Amino acid sequence: MTQVSGGGAAGQELPPAAVDEDVLLRERRAWTPLKIAIWATIALLGGLGWVMIALVRGETVNAIWFVFAAVATYLIAYRFYSTYIEDKLLRPDDRRATPAEYAENGQDFVPTDRRVLYGHHFAAIAGAGPLVGPVLAAQMGYLPGTIWIIVGVVLAGAVQDYLVLFFSTRRGGRSLGQMAREELGRVGGTAALVATLSIMIILIAVLTLVVVNALGESPWGVFSVALTIPIALFMGVYLRFLRPGKVSEVSWIGFALLIGAIVAGGWVAETEWGQALFTLERTTIAWGIIVYGFVAAVLPVWLLLAPRDYLSTFMKIGTIVLLAVAIIVVRPEIDAPAFSEFAGRDDGPIVAGSLFPFLFVTIACGALSGFHALISSGTTPKLVEKERQTRFIGYGGMLMESFVAIMALVAALSIDRGLYFAMNVPASLTEGTVEGAALFVNSLGLTGVDVTPDQLATTAALVGEESIVSRTGGAPTLAVGLANIMQQFIGGPGMMSFWYHFAIMFEALFILTAVDAGTRVARFMLQDAIGTVVPKFRDTSWRVGAWICTALMVGGWGAILVMGVTDPLGGINTLFPLFGIANQLLAAIALAVCLAIAARRGHVRYLWIIAVPLAFAAVVTITASMYKIFSPKPAIGYWAQHVAFRDAIAAGETSFGNAGTPEAMAAVVRNTFVQGTLSILFVTLAIIVIVTAVLAAWTSIRMGGRPGFEADEIPSKIYAPSGMIATPAEKELESEWAGKVGTTVRAGH
Amino acid sequence: MADLVDRLRSLNRFWRGVIGADKYDRYLDHHRRAGHTHPPMTEREYWRARTEHQERNPQGRCC
Repeated sequence: MTQVSGGGAAGQELPPAAVDEDVLLRERRAWTPLKIAIWATIALLGGLGWVMIALVRGETVNAIWFVFAAVATYLIAYRFYSTYIEDKLLRPDDRRATPAEYAENGQDFVPTDRRVLYGHHFAAIAGAGPLVGPVLAAQMGYLPGTIWIIVGVVLAGAVQDYLVLFFSTRRGGRSLGQMAREELGRVGGTAALVATLSIMIILIAVLTLVVVNALGESPWGVFSVALTIPIALFMGVYLRFLRPGKVSEVSWIGFALLIGAIVAGGWVAETEWGQALFTLERTTIAWGIIVYGFVAAVLPVWLLLAPRDYLSTFMKIGTIVLLAVAIIVVRPEIDAPAFSEFAGRDDGPIVAGSLFPFLFVTIACGALSGFHALISSGTTPKLVEKERQTRFIGYGGMLMESFVAIMALVAALSIDRGLYFAMNVPASLTEGTVEGAALFVNSLGLTGVDVTPDQLATTAALVGEESIVSRTGGAPTLAVGLANIMQQFIGGPGMMSFWYHFAIMFEALFILTAVDAGTRVARFMLQDAIGTVVPKFRDTSWRVGAWICTALMVGGWGAILVMGVTDPLGGINTLFPLFGIANQLLAAIALAVCLAIAARRGHVRYLWIIAVPLAFAAVVTITASMYKIFSPKPAIGYWAQHVAFRDAIAAGETSFGNAGTPEAMAAVVRNTFVQGTLSILFVTLAIIVIVTAVLAAWTSIRMGGRPGFEADEIPSKIYAPSGMIATPAEKELESEWAGKVGTTVRAGH
Repeated sequence: MADLVDRLRSLNRFWRGVIGADKYDRYLDHHRRAGHTHPPMTEREYWRARTEHQERNPQGRCC
């Protein structure tokens, strides 16, 4: 419970708003035998986990070792590395009021209990991203992905989230774009804005492509996901007119309806009319989502966006807890190799390219996700009660997302390897048939892989789908893995099809929520940007402007979506690298801005904490972009592919590579042009931002620090502990506050 | 037993906080502490104001 000075406490002498720093440090450094024993156990279990997954080469490896390795590493990193960053680089001061305290308005500036905010923040940053990337990267074996997810989050992803959250909190909750403009000047700031906007477009496009691929030719999936729209509308009306504010109640109702929709989907998909009505082409679904995206972004938020968000948050936390419990209870065996045949090559059929750098862009969310910088600045900082809590929420929140990525990896790897490839190889290689898929997958020459057409057909029947061949995008594969784990936990094989569609449903729900919210945020950014030239656009309540900008944003991601859906080469495999590169470039931009801010504060000695992940993200994304732009191999380089198809057309050929018709060839020429151009745009903008940030940092270092843009210091008059569990000194101060000013009806405990 | 009820109660409070169900209670608390003399908004009014606020201040959801 948070203690605040109530209205009646005016003039009363308040207890200190912070635990004395020396006392805190002494507590942290006091090593009692019990503490030593606990941390030694954690270290041993983690070490054991790493040995089992990295060194021991048995037939299979149990999923529980992944959990041990991951959780122990997170705990150690959180306890030792994040406190190091806190002590040396950030130096939060709980005597300063946070924006939530000094600008409290009962709306977006609201001091929120740290544990509640942790859940909030997690629900805002985590979505389908960490569920999809690891599945695609599993092509290279389990170990490269596992190491990157865990080490990446500790040294890069969580660091980025923590720094951005702290700096934004110090600046009244400024957004990343505003901070970039302050720190980098006009050129860098504008580049950061354009980069952010175009990156959002590609992120939304690829996410929707994942949904389309999961729903294509799946009447069950289409029916139940489509029902989420009337369910959300009903919830919206319920909250607005019937029972205002009964969020918890309506979420349970929505959840029950959602389960009903999944069950009903199974019946509908069995009927003839259901199949006729809901078996949709991918292009049709894509257009449906584009229309939906536009309508959702212009409808009032209470009707669709807000209720969908409640439902999505509810499902997110619920399913992730359920999944963690299921993995620990079921403990599936994983028979994929640590390093697959594709780890050392660059011709993987799912994501082409060598391990470096493509593993690091295929898995973005879960290890390092630039998009989080948009949540960690702007939204969450306006809710943080005390500066010291940013470590728990920023660093700790990202560790949880990383754990979600590990669970997705485990679930995807727990299915048969042959099945994995049959599901994820594009239809241009499998011909979309079980025979074609079996033939192709077995021809890859992978050890231990011998998949039969019968096996593929049986699995499809088990999960209640017509076919599971070439269901690319990661979501269906994850759904099969999850269904397999969940049916061992609850329900048995008969429940397999329910769990499969449950997984598809929540992935689609997360993605559509991100699409709704993302389109709206992007529209506001665009209006703001156009507003610098045409001031009228600044007025966000101006209908015409809102519609124009929404149409522009939806048109942007819609065009890329349609391009991906109709891509003769497969879509996901050509676009996903662009998604990862874009997300990591945004991370590089966020880290670069943090570097400039920290340098301004004059902490030169500890700048490596930012410089190391920044350099890594920059090298990975710039190298990956260079491959995508300059590689002479058509499977990797967009322009090489472009030229090859253009030459083939010029030579009068009517089919080439995977494109069987002149139209398909023309489509490849067009698509690779767009993809290649986007690659060039992203990398150019990112280089501009990074260079201007490094120059700004250098100027600050030479001057020994410069006056910053932090908000003025306002003394805090509230107190709350900083971490999940309060330390003895924190508890003591907390009860002192409780004695003086009493407790309030704040959220929390 | 009382301990268990307590725990469940705090879990429920936590859950309500995370999904945002306790926003009106917190607004009332804020209103009381701010020492305003005008009466607070009713629950219905509050939620209308809240969605109007969301309309103008969109918040991102990540992938």
